[in-house]
Amino acid sequence: MSLAKLTASALAIAAVSATAAAARDNVQVAGSSTVLPYASIVAELFGENFDFPTPVVESGGSSAGLKRFCEGVGETTIDIANASRAIREKEIKACAENGVTDIIEVRIGYDGIVFASQINGPAFTAFEPADWYNALAPKVVKDGELVDNPYTKWSDFNADLPDAEIAAFIPGTKHGTREVFEEKVLAAGCEATGALEAMVAAGMSEDDAEDACIAVRTDGLSVDIDGDYTETLARIDANPNGVGVFGLAFYENNTDKLKVATMSGVAPSTETISTGEYPVSRPLFFYIKKAHIGVIPGLKEFAEFFVADEIAGPDGPLAEYGLVADPELAATQAKIAGEETMSN
Amino acid sequence: MTDATIPAATGATGSLLEPDARTRRRNAAEARFRLYGLIAVGIGLFFLAALMISIFMNGAGAFQQTAYTLPIEFRQDVLDKNGTGDIETIKSVKTFAYKPLIREAILREIYRLDIETPLAGAKVKGFSSDLDNLFSDGAPATLRDMVLSDPGLIGQTVTVKLIASSRVDGYLKGRVSRESIARDKNLDAVHLDLVDELRAAGVVAKGFNLAFITGPDASDARPEQAGMGVAMLGSFFMMLVVLLLSLPIGVAASIYLEEFAPKNRITDLIEVNISNLAAVPSIVFGILGLAVFIQVMHLPQSAPLVGGLVLTLMTLPTIIISTRASLKSVPPSIRDAALGVGASKMQAVFHHVLPLAMPGILTGTIIGLAQALGETAPLLLIGMVGYIASNYPDGVASGFLDPNSAMPAQIFEWAKRADPAFYERAWGGIIILLVFLMTMNIIAILLRRRFERRW
Repeated sequence: MSLAKLTASALAIAAVSATAAAARDNVQVAGSSTVLPYASIVAELFGENFDFPTPVVESGGSSAGLKRFCEGVGETTIDIANASRAIREKEIKACAENGVTDIIEVRIGYDGIVFASQINGPAFTAFEPADWYNALAPKVVKDGELVDNPYTKWSDFNADLPDAEIAAFIPGTKHGTREVFEEKVLAAGCEATGALEAMVAAGMSEDDAEDACIAVRTDGLSVDIDGDYTETLARIDANPNGVGVFGLAFYENNTDKLKVATMSGVAPSTETISTGEYPVSRPLFFYIKKAHIGVIPGLKEFAEFFVADEIAGPDGPLAEYGLVADPELAATQAKIAGEETMSN
Repeated sequence: MTDATIPAATGATGSLLEPDARTRRRNAAEARFRLYGLIAVGIGLFFLAALMISIFMNGAGAFQQTAYTLPIEFRQDVLDKNGTGDIETIKSVKTFAYKPLIREAILREIYRLDIETPLAGAKVKGFSSDLDNLFSDGAPATLRDMVLSDPGLIGQTVTVKLIASSRVDGYLKGRVSRESIARDKNLDAVHLDLVDELRAAGVVAKGFNLAFITGPDASDARPEQAGMGVAMLGSFFMMLVVLLLSLPIGVAASIYLEEFAPKNRITDLIEVNISNLAAVPSIVFGILGLAVFIQVMHLPQSAPLVGGLVLTLMTLPTIIISTRASLKSVPPSIRDAALGVGASKMQAVFHHVLPLAMPGILTGTIIGLAQALGETAPLLLIGMVGYIASNYPDGVASGFLDPNSAMPAQIFEWAKRADPAFYERAWGGIIILLVFLMTMNIIAILLRRRFERRW
C-alpha cells in the first residue's frame, strides 16, 4: 500500500537524520536578549570571514541561557552563554554539579540604560534617581514622614519636571535590565530622598529596608514591560506622558521617535558611559565552556574574534550598533588566548 | 375547497395587485434585511481592502533594494601582498581589508562626477570612516566572496553592484527623511546630499530585491541584507514532516472510524475528543511539544523536525474531520454495489470509496497544511524564534535537524527588532506568506472543482 510506504519512508528519514545529528560543527550560543544583537553581528562576520559555519545565536534571557549552559558538557549542550550580568555563585555551583567546572568569563563592553519619552511629549529632559524613587516607590518621604506615595504627577515632587501624569514603563522582573534599574536608580533614589533612613528609623532591619527600597508601586502608574523595547516604544507612542527605560542602542536606532533625558545631569552617550560618568550602565558578558574548546570547531576562534579590536573596539561594528567599548579589551583578549578560567 | 374559503376567512376585499399594509410591512422587512446583509458584506470587504492596502503599502518596499554600481579595483597590495596567488593567503585577508577598496571606489566616483561634498575629505579613524555608512556592512563580504571564488580578479578593476545601507535605502524609498535623521548618528544630511548627486548620475538606484526572497536572515546591524530564504526552507521541511505524518495517520484513522469501527461509547468518545482537539488553541500544542519532544525525547531545539511534529498534532484533527466528511459523502450504494459483486470490505473501501473521497481528502489536507504554515504560537515555545536564521541547510538531514526558523516566526522576529528597516521587511514577509497561503487555497479550490463528484 502506498500509505504504508509513505509512513515507512517518513520514519526512515527521521531515523537517518537522528543519527546524523550526532556530530556538531557549529558553535551554539544562547542567553541574554540584550547581548543577542551584538552576538549575532559577530556571528555573521565570523561566518563571512572563516571557513567555520556561522554560529547559531539564540536569545531567551541571561538566566535561561546560563541554565542551559550549566546543563552539562557535551555536544548537546551550548558552548557559550550570553549574560547582561555577571554569573552568580549559585549558578557556578549548579554548573559544577553538572560537570561544568572550567568557565571562561569574557566582558565584551558596557551597555547604558536610558530614560526616554515621546519626542513631542512633555519636556522630560533631566532626571535624578530621587525623581524616579518618588515617582515609583510605594512609600515615600513627605515633610519628614514616611507616607504611602501620594504623587500622581511628576511636578508634585519636583517643580522642574513637567506637569504630567506619572506613566512609567520599566523592564519586568525577568530582565537583566531590571536589576540595574533597581540598584542604580531606585536604591540610589531611596537613599537620596532619605527614605532608607526613615525606614531604618521606623524599626526595619537594614536588609528589609533595602528590599523595600526597590519595591515598585502597584496602583498602575508604573507598568512592568515583560516583552522587549519594541513594546515599551509602542506604549510610549500611545501615551504622550509615558516615560520608558531603553537600552542605549535601541534609543540610538529610534531617535526620530524618542528624546532622551539626562540622569544626574549626565547625558547618556558612549563616551559618558565608558568613562563611568553616566551612572546607569552595566557590563555585558559571555561565558565559554573550556571543555568545548578543541572539541567544537571554531569555538576559540569565535571568542577571540568577538573581542578583537576591529570588532569590539571603539570603532568596530559593535560600537557602531551601541555597545560601549571596554577600555580593558586587551586584558580580555589575553584572557581568551590563555584560556584563563574563573578562579573558584 | 380551502382555496375558496381563505379570502372569505380573512375578510380581505382589496385587489391582489395592490399590497395591503401587512404585505407591505413584510416586504419592507425583507428589503431592510437585504440592506443589512449588504452593509455587513460591505463592512467585511472594506476591512479586507484596508488590510490588503496597508500590507502592500507597508511591505512593497521590501521587494526593492538600493544598490551602487561601482568599479572596484581589487588591489594586489591589499589582498595578496606577495602576489603568490595562494588561496590560503587570500583567505587570511578578512572583510575589514575590503572596506578601503569600497571607500576608494566611491571617492573616485565623487571626483569623476565632480561632486562637492565634505565627505571627500572624511578621515579614516580606526577601522571605519564616515563613508562606510553609505554601504551595507555586508558589502565587503560580497567582494571577498568574489575574490575567493575567483582569485584571478586580484589586480583587476571590475564593476560591482554593492547594496546600500538601510538608511540610504530608506531615503530612496521615502522612509527616511532629512528631519528624521537630524539626530541619527548613522547618517547625516551630508550623506543624503551625496546620495542625491550619485542618484542623478545613476550610480545609485533602486532595483528588484531578489535577495529578500531567497537570502538568509541578517543581524541587527544590516537589515538591508535580511531575507526570507532560509525561513522558507524551514517552513518547507516542516510542511514535509506534517504532510508525511498527518496525511497517512489522519486518513487511516478516519477510514477506520468511518468504515470499520463499531458504533459504541468508546468510538463516540474518540469522536467527541477529535472535534475538541480541533478547537484547542495552538499554543497548547506548543507546550506539549516542548515537554514531550524536547524535554523528554531530547530532540534538538529549534529544529524543523520538532516544529513539524508539533504542527502535525495540530493538523491531524482538521484532516481527520475533513476526511471523514468526504468519506461520509460517498453514497452507501457504492459500497453496497462493491460488496454485492463479492468485494471484501477492505477492497470496497480502498478500490471504490477512497478514490471517490480523494478530492475532499486532498482539499482538507491542503487547507490543514495552509493553516499549519501560518501558525506561529507553537513555534515560539520550541525555540524557532529569537536568533538569526543565517545558515542554509546543507542536506536533507540537516534540513530537518539544524536550527531553523519558519516564515511566520521570521516575520515575528523582524517585527521585534529595533531598526525600523526590519519593520518594512516584516510586512514584506507577510506578503510572501500570503502568496503561499493563497496559492495553496487556490490549489484546493481547483482540485475540488476538477475532481469533486456530486450524487
